[in-house]
Amino acid sequence: MKYLFLLWSNLRRKKTRSVLTVLSITVAFMLFAYLGAIRQGFGQGIDVAGLDRLIVRHKVSLIQLLPAAHEARIEQVEGVVDAMHQTWFGGVYQKPTNFFPQMPVVPEEYLAMYPEVLLSDEERKAWLNTRSGAIAGRTTADRFGWKVGDRIPINASIWTRKGGEQTWEFDLVGIYEGAERGTDTTQFLFRYDFFDESREFGQGLVGWYTVRIADPERSAEIAAAIDGVFANSPHETKTEAEGAFVQGFAKQIGDVGAIIMSIVAAVFFTILLVAGNTMAYAVRERTGELAVLKALGFTDRGVLGLVLGECALLTAIGGGIGLLLGWLLVGMGDPTGGSLPLFYVPPRVLVTGIVLIAVMALLAGILPALQAQRLQIADALRR
Amino acid sequence: MTEAVAPMPAVSDLVEVRNVDKVFRRGSEEIHVLGGLDLAIPAGDFLALMGPSGSGKSTLLNLIGGLDRPSQGSIIVGGERIDQLSNRRLAAWRARHVGLVFQFYNLMPMLSAQKNVELPLLLTHLSRRERSKRAALALDIVGLSHRKNHFPRTLSGGEQQRTGIARAIVTDPTLLLCDEPTGDLDRKSGDEILNLLQALNREQGKTIVMVTHDIHAAARASRTLYLNKGRLTTEPEEFAVQATAQTRTPDRA
Repeated sequence: MKYLFLLWSNLRRKKTRSVLTVLSITVAFMLFAYLGAIRQGFGQGIDVAGLDRLIVRHKVSLIQLLPAAHEARIEQVEGVVDAMHQTWFGGVYQKPTNFFPQMPVVPEEYLAMYPEVLLSDEERKAWLNTRSGAIAGRTTADRFGWKVGDRIPINASIWTRKGGEQTWEFDLVGIYEGAERGTDTTQFLFRYDFFDESREFGQGLVGWYTVRIADPERSAEIAAAIDGVFANSPHETKTEAEGAFVQGFAKQIGDVGAIIMSIVAAVFFTILLVAGNTMAYAVRERTGELAVLKALGFTDRGVLGLVLGECALLTAIGGGIGLLLGWLLVGMGDPTGGSLPLFYVPPRVLVTGIVLIAVMALLAGILPALQAQRLQIADALRR
Repeated sequence: MTEAVAPMPAVSDLVEVRNVDKVFRRGSEEIHVLGGLDLAIPAGDFLALMGPSGSGKSTLLNLIGGLDRPSQGSIIVGGERIDQLSNRRLAAWRARHVGLVFQFYNLMPMLSAQKNVELPLLLTHLSRRERSKRAALALDIVGLSHRKNHFPRTLSGGEQQRTGIARAIVTDPTLLLCDEPTGDLDRKSGDEILNLLQALNREQGKTIVMVTHDIHAAARASRTLYLNKGRLTTEPEEFAVQATAQTRTPDRA
């Protein structure tokens, strides 16, 4: 700490250059935090996916449906505790951009399978008693300003009603909260019995099953057993862990995580060159001063430490401000207006950010620092 | 950054330079700056080193101060062969025993006079308060207490050099090495610096080696040695005419 004033004074030497470098680092880390939150949003559910839950879908693809009768046969597989089905509805509210996941489910089964979905007893009872009843997650309800008692029209793109009617109307009987931060609160859930009797086609077919198993360590074995039950049937299945399923679902629109990481990597590489260039100039300009420090008794390693420390200070200021700004920006809300089920900077992104600050300081400063370390006093003083 | 260094023992000849050669290499060319040089500097001496540009004065000063190493021979200061010390130990030795005064002051432009003087104390285990106290005392000795918060750019040449001297004496070193300390100053400021060095030598017993081109500056020393073509002489004649002509010409040889 006693060298801090020396490091700080060096950064103040060329104020414009230092400020511009800090700003570029700030922008990079702000982008890192912000894109980290978006990436988290797209990969929603992966982290909170239950280890004791498996997803059973059609072997060919997710859009191929499975008979509702599979449920009873799945529940008979040894190790399976419970099973329930969901179906992708794919409608929009008022306009195409107002998109969020909607699924018909059996309420009791769904609420038992997903205890992280919190609904009051009154709302639960109302849902069970109302055939056209639906519940919405807090994020979606807030997004559209819905309140319990509202009648919600959803325009179907896949499932038309009998008679060709595309608009489905639901009575909002509850708004659920998530028990965990990562719980998806963008869903709109309505009753399967109402859906099944009202849809024009596909009666008795469902999208996929969620299966709870007794022992997560046996998940691979149980998944194989389930798939074995339906092998060589017209509706063969593919069973996988819920986390893998959610990840695969997100990848339907492309590997957003990989795209974001590519952008972040390119930005960081550029900023690394900027910071490295700044430090190289700073050391070159101060060759004489570094030699004087050595003449006064600073060791080679000491001078190396000073240069690295200066670089660390530069990146810590820029990176720290950047992460903070990114966090504040994310706090201002989802850029899609609520389409992302989750939008927050996960702690691991902040930790990674801090590690990246240290790595950037080291990479940007190491060459100039080694140059300073190797400086011969008499030679440098003669220059 | 700090390493314990033993205090310098009391010896009659504080500095002993024995049969020292210094060869610089520039590509395939070898430049012999010093050859077979012997020199003894008693403790408490104030020695002026004169000589034409390129004669090796600053090189000799660098060798005595442990800023450079001889190509051959030995440098013994306070009974210790400093040419055999590792880089790390040599740095610690310099921090403890040597004060350096440069022709162009070499102050850190972004630090106040006080903070410049405190720099060598960063290498000690002194508390912040103690460092500040000692730096203030050193500035007081050189008569610059009233300018302690000023930055080098706002100080005159003489004041900057006095700050440089305060920095050199703040650790209470045994040996003060001054490379053209008045070379960048006018006569009046130069005289003030020389008065200060004389006082440090006489009143505080500092051993001083001063490289200079200025015969008036050399006259303030206890004795003067002349370096020519890498060899020391006590004979001034050959050099006197040249030295007068070169007075105030920067010399970094």
